[in-house]
Amino acid sequence: MEQVPLSHVLILSSILFFLGIYGFFTRRNLITVLMSIELILNSVNINFVAFNKYLYPHQLEGVFFTLFIITIAAAEVSLAIAIIINLYRRFNTIDIDDTDTMKY
Amino acid sequence: MSASTIIFYILSALIVTFGALTVFTPKIFRAAIFLLLTLIGIAAVYILMEMQFVAALQIVVYVGGIVVLIIFSIFLTSSGKEKVNPHRFNRVLTAAVLSLSGLLFSIWVVFNHIYTPAGITPIDPSVRNIGLQLLSYNDFGYVFPFEVVSILLLAALIGSIVIAMKSKKQ
Repeated sequence: MEQVPLSHVLILSSILFFLGIYGFFTRRNLITVLMSIELILNSVNINFVAFNKYLYPHQLEGVFFTLFIITIAAAEVSLAIAIIINLYRRFNTIDIDDTDTMKY
Repeated sequence: MSASTIIFYILSALIVTFGALTVFTPKIFRAAIFLLLTLIGIAAVYILMEMQFVAALQIVVYVGGIVVLIIFSIFLTSSGKEKVNPHRFNRVLTAAVLSLSGLLFSIWVVFNHIYTPAGITPIDPSVRNIGLQLLSYNDFGYVFPFEVVSILLLAALIGSIVIAMKSKKQ
């Protein structure tokens, strides 16, 4: 793994990040928007672990940031799914273009 | 080229493929399964980087928790056969231009930045060292964020129960 340059790991994570961005803007189902957010968070996690491994191996800060991001992602997903289920109960759809009661 | 290097490139090709399929597939249930495979691939990359604890946490929390929750909510909110509606051309164009330009810009930054390693004596990222520093009260200890995050988790769980609960009027 030491022979893989850091820039290749960063390119992997940035491809994943912008795939998530693309999905976040184009998807219309709320659950798939949530999946795109998971992709974005995971690419950031790869960055933190790679920087910790390659540039600052005498510290563990990247690992801690990854742990806290994973925890907060779990909290975020549980709340988002509760909101989505509530939306489905009220509007009978989870399409982001149809649930526009709060618009304007 | 050692074996781990080859394995890293194979894994990153798999991660990018499954990530793209997550975003592009029209069927929502398949998107969830591709997301699952992407997350497992990322856990394998963590193992290649010798971060076993992060990889285990990734498997336990993401694969065991979050993806199962997502699949559960797909079953609750749709019949599973229903396709995602066709995209609007305008929105696809905006998103493609935005993400491609962002990707090119970040690749340019990645290749033009000079990385200077700062570590002299590498520390072993074992569970013992992580746990000792996570619950340490001294300098660089993480006990305060640990407690804050535990309260945040509790609040999120109670909040999601309250939000998803059926009210009696309906």
